[in-house]
Amino acid sequence: MSWVSKTLSSTLGRKLLMALTGLFLILFLVVHLAGNLQLLLPDGGDSFNVYAHTMANNPFIKVVSIGNFAFILLHVIYSIVLTQHNKKSRPVAYAMSNEGKSSTWASRNMGILGTVILIFLVVHLKGFWYEAKFGTLPTTMIDGESFSDIYAIVAAAYANIWYVLIYVVSMGFLAFHLSHGFASAFQTLGLNHVKYSPLIQKVGAGFSILIPALFALIPIVMYIQSLS
Amino acid sequence: MNLTLKIWRQKNNSDKGGFKEYKVSDISKDMSFLEMLDVLNEQLTEKGEDPVHFDHDCREGICGMCSLYINGNPHGPLQTTTCQLHMRSFNDGETITIEPWRAKAFPVMKDLVVDRSAFDRIIQAGGYVSVNTGGVPDANEIPIPKTIADLAMDAAQCIGCGACVAACKNASAMLFTSAKVSQLALLPQGQVERKRRAEKMVAQMDEEGFGACTNTGACEAQCPKGISITNIARMNREYFSAVVSNTELV
Repeated sequence: MSWVSKTLSSTLGRKLLMALTGLFLILFLVVHLAGNLQLLLPDGGDSFNVYAHTMANNPFIKVVSIGNFAFILLHVIYSIVLTQHNKKSRPVAYAMSNEGKSSTWASRNMGILGTVILIFLVVHLKGFWYEAKFGTLPTTMIDGESFSDIYAIVAAAYANIWYVLIYVVSMGFLAFHLSHGFASAFQTLGLNHVKYSPLIQKVGAGFSILIPALFALIPIVMYIQSLS
Repeated sequence: MNLTLKIWRQKNNSDKGGFKEYKVSDISKDMSFLEMLDVLNEQLTEKGEDPVHFDHDCREGICGMCSLYINGNPHGPLQTTTCQLHMRSFNDGETITIEPWRAKAFPVMKDLVVDRSAFDRIIQAGGYVSVNTGGVPDANEIPIPKTIADLAMDAAQCIGCGACVAACKNASAMLFTSAKVSQLALLPQGQVERKRRAEKMVAQMDEEGFGACTNTGACEAQCPKGISITNIARMNREYFSAVVSNTELV
């Protein structure tokens, strides 16, 4: 076995891959949110449609999006591998355990939180990404040019209260996943320092609330708009 | 105090094992937890029954021999070793559940005794320093800054009891291994084997079948010696920098 594959199959190497892919996905969330917030601009979806068009046709973004899918897959595969390994490390469970005293619920249940987020991702990709890529889209005219009207698909989806509820609840799960994952990734990378760790923990806590809250805000606002 | 004890009994490594309940009475609040078990064992011996086997040695909180998972916590409700836990931490009439450390790498030998030699093998893999033969070196020949010495001493506080493994939901030995890697990596004497040590000790830790770390922090919260998880971050740095820069293939 080469030293690279040996390292990546060690527990520390697998954790390193979890941390690096996790941090990439955290970055992706920021970019994705910045784009999506344009849904709330009061221009009938024009800026969002232009943005979606640019994203779909930019070769750099295409490469990044393939990387993004690959990293999601890696994050999921390695989490399964690690969880299986960890389960085997304690074949007999304790009859009585007081785990809640010494660790947070989120830190002990990243697998459950992640599974819910993955199910959400499948629903989310089927609803928007798949439709935008393979479905027949309505078109809209912006400054004399024809654009796919992805805004219309999003608006239609967010007029459905059940869809909105799934989104908002899923963002709750994402918040808990991030509340542990953000700072944990830095710890795994070995970035633990008296000067920076308190900051990383605070930023992580803020990030885990702010980002999912803003994501959840979009379907809520669009649902309210759909009522009028 | 009168207590009900729910204790894990297991004849040997291949026995399935199970809980058994015992009653003890007239226990003084000033007794240590192990003394309370001594009272129980005296009762059992007088009745001709097999006493409950448990590990202990110094009973001063420094050897790391005692263990026991008491009421869902390694070493009981306080952040100390079981031998330093006193019965005043419990209430009269209480039922106390006592289990052995649970980990694949710590097989149960009998009752509450587990085999912790996996830790010894991790130490053997790299937890040592080379010492040159020859004349006795002068004291203070190697200057070590106080701040570094303090960090190394903090890591060296680890008594290798295994509470970190017992507390971790993944039965991970990262806190123990990282403390041992850290105490030597920080000091000038530990530099010669620094890279080799990090790689070898992590490899041995994996081979023993300990779990991976999910940074829950339970080990740090339950460690009787207060070993910090900053050591785990240091071990990760040591390991990753060793694998990319070590010229020796370990």
